[in-house]
Amino acid sequence: MTTVNVPGRETSGQPAATDPASAPSGSTARARWRDRDFPRRALKHSAFLVGCSILVLILLMALIAPLIAPYDPYSQSMANRLVPPIWMDGGTWDHPLGTDGLGRDYLSRVIYGSRISLLIGTFTVVCSGLIGTTLGVLAGYFGGRVDLVINFIIMTRLTLPVIMVALAVVAIVGSSLTVVILVLGLLLWDRFAVVMRSAVMQVRNQEYVQSARALGCSTPYIIVREIMPNIFGSLVVIATFEMANAILLEAALSFLGLGVQPPLPSWGLMVAEGRNYLLFDPWLIMIPGFAIFLLVLAINLMGDGLRDILTPENRN
Amino acid sequence: MIGYLSQRLALAFLVCLTVSLITFFLLTSSGDVVSAIAGEEATPEQIAALRRELGLDAHWTVRYLEWLGNALRGDFGNSLFFRETVADLIMHRLPNTLQLAGMSLAVMLSLSLPLGMLAAFRPNTWVDRLALSIAVMGQAMPNFWFGLILMVVFALNLGWLPPSGSGTNWHFILPAIALGYYATPPVMRLTRAGMIEVLGTDYIRTARAKGLSTTRVLFKHALRNAIIPVVALTAVQFGNMLGGSVVIETVFGIQGVGYLAWESITRLDVPVVQAIMILVAIAYITLVLVSDVLNAWLDPKIRK
Repeated sequence: MTTVNVPGRETSGQPAATDPASAPSGSTARARWRDRDFPRRALKHSAFLVGCSILVLILLMALIAPLIAPYDPYSQSMANRLVPPIWMDGGTWDHPLGTDGLGRDYLSRVIYGSRISLLIGTFTVVCSGLIGTTLGVLAGYFGGRVDLVINFIIMTRLTLPVIMVALAVVAIVGSSLTVVILVLGLLLWDRFAVVMRSAVMQVRNQEYVQSARALGCSTPYIIVREIMPNIFGSLVVIATFEMANAILLEAALSFLGLGVQPPLPSWGLMVAEGRNYLLFDPWLIMIPGFAIFLLVLAINLMGDGLRDILTPENRN
Repeated sequence: MIGYLSQRLALAFLVCLTVSLITFFLLTSSGDVVSAIAGEEATPEQIAALRRELGLDAHWTVRYLEWLGNALRGDFGNSLFFRETVADLIMHRLPNTLQLAGMSLAVMLSLSLPLGMLAAFRPNTWVDRLALSIAVMGQAMPNFWFGLILMVVFALNLGWLPPSGSGTNWHFILPAIALGYYATPPVMRLTRAGMIEVLGTDYIRTARAKGLSTTRVLFKHALRNAIIPVVALTAVQFGNMLGGSVVIETVFGIQGVGYLAWESITRLDVPVVQAIMILVAIAYITLVLVSDVLNAWLDPKIRK
């Protein structure tokens, strides 16, 4: 038997933030998800609440960006270059977060930037989730040769350095938002596959699956109706972490000049543009970097919380 | 154990071969490098001549086998831009990357081991929460941004350390902190989880009941048993740092393999990119192999 090692992605070691006794470990993730207890447990989990609130705020900001952004994020004004943010000397309420090297309003760019990050995070997760879950479920359910082949594919994928492959593909194909989403979506499925594989292995011999098989249910029916609902909790948890991962990677790619291209207000790209003013105007990199940090933090807190609430058996 | 090892080795070899094929295929589709080098002024005849000179006119299968044969002998061809062999180019840059990775590893271990152990020993106290916050922040911070903040604070404002370059050992401190912190959270969490598990076992209770001192129980009995999965994960994280060094070396202008990779990718210097990708893959898979063997040594159940 071959084991696949997932670097830095172990699911154990999660500090228990809720009371483990409140969740009976014998029940399934499905039961927990639909459980009337779910809202109660969620409301007791403060990190989860904090993460959710920040995320909802950023989501709202992205949705109503045209209504709240004070300026057009693309309109330049050479007369208003490098206006400092409000908390520094010379800051004005006209530009609460200042303006960049081309005189574009920084607050408006940060607001519109949330759209890019969320778009990339969402579509990457949908794409990689589909690939990874399919591979993982097939490997876990059928085992044997199928498992061996899929293990080999996972291993090969893990061996390719993500950032280098993504950079190379973008350099070759040319960079646009769509290319970045596709590249990340086609690369970040490994954790979905690994976790889904072991989750399916755990449930495939449960009594309800065996009885469905004995009743003569077809394999697709069993996978969709009996297996999927029971691994849904783990799926949601990985999806949050992969979303955070995709957002960080897009920021890094854009920062290196091979991701989202100017003049789009990608947060990573804004940090790269701010590098030219590092010495005298470091806030130009602080603000968009902090925005990335906040969004990723919110998603991770929510993911950690969901793991505690939905899958207590994964905790130490 | 021998059977297990040889099976793992065969798999690793096969994976490396596949990776080389994928990278080769990916990079041969990289459009017309030749006309890019030749420039806009070049005539079609000149381009054809240059193509022949660079050996790019044959079918890709022929070129792949040729490349593979040469690569096995350590010959990765010539850089398209530096007019230097790829092997020399990489060998010159490798010491910087290894120094960065080594120092980052030191940063990572000196953060994650003590914090993870303390958090396990005093769960749900302020130490535990501090360790958890450090881990959560480290996971959310883009590493290039953290690197730039370190640069602004410690190099540009305080002037304690040089902002960029790779001339002296001092140049490596800030990048090592940025890269080391980035790799810390998983190792710290695993240390904590492993220690909590071990501290709950019977033999630790026995050791405590015998009246052994806390430090003796912690270091002599608990750490020894909790550390092996951590060592295995550390090996894998070391491999991840090689990838992370692309970003950090670019931020700090360190003349290492990661920076070379970025430069070569932006210029589509195909032979260099190809060589670096396959070398990173080999390094990574070797480290995974090491970690698997360590895990197997720990858990005889895997060996079967």
